[in-house]
Amino acid sequence: MKAVYFAWVRERIGRTDEDIAPPASVATVGDLIAWLSARGENYAFAFEKAGAIRAALDRKHVKHDAPIAGAREVAFFPPMTGG
Amino acid sequence: MARVRVQAAPFDVAAETRALTGGRTDIGAVVTFVGLCRDEGGTLAALELEHYPGMAEDEIRRVADEAQARWPLMGLTAIHRHGPIAPGEEIVLVIACSAHRAAAFAAAEFLMDFLKTRAPFWKKERRRDGRDGDWVDAREEDETVLARWSSRP
Repeated sequence: MKAVYFAWVRERIGRTDEDIAPPASVATVGDLIAWLSARGENYAFAFEKAGAIRAALDRKHVKHDAPIAGAREVAFFPPMTGG
Repeated sequence: MARVRVQAAPFDVAAETRALTGGRTDIGAVVTFVGLCRDEGGTLAALELEHYPGMAEDEIRRVADEAQARWPLMGLTAIHRHGPIAPGEEIVLVIACSAHRAAAFAAAEFLMDFLKTRAPFWKKERRRDGRDGDWVDAREEDETVLARWSSRP
């Protein structure tokens, strides 16, 4: 699946997007955050306050307990500040 | 169907209003909200508006559809800009039209309340002294203010 990052999540990780292939044990958005966090200091820094991170699956907002099975695109970003 | 756009270019409020009201005689109220880039301390060169292409439009449209389902609107436009925006420039435009003013006022406020917390946009400050600015923090009030819409019609 494709992972995309925005705002300070993008800056901390150091990339805008990437293809990821998490193992089958990674079932939810929350699992994915934990899995990504273990990939390096930049990911750990981006997700250090995991509770503050918002996520979207195929461009729809989801909570951290949402299953990722079947999703083509996952996005991680901070709380939004538009308007 | 609401008119929803996400664009880098500035918008023309008068032209957008005419696009909704032109040739009609049944609209009695037009409420226009324009959000501007604000500089509180004289230190801001610009706000850099980052967005999630595709999802930004989708989320604004979801909120706009909900507003249209909730109030008898005769026209609804929402335009949000991205990219660098200087202090004093427009960031966001909402225009709501209805026969009577209550629906237009309420729908415009509803759309802004939900747009702020649901539409994937992020503001980063660019400082006049060239130093790296901060990402604007989300305000907790923006979340709590949504509760009023669950009790109001």
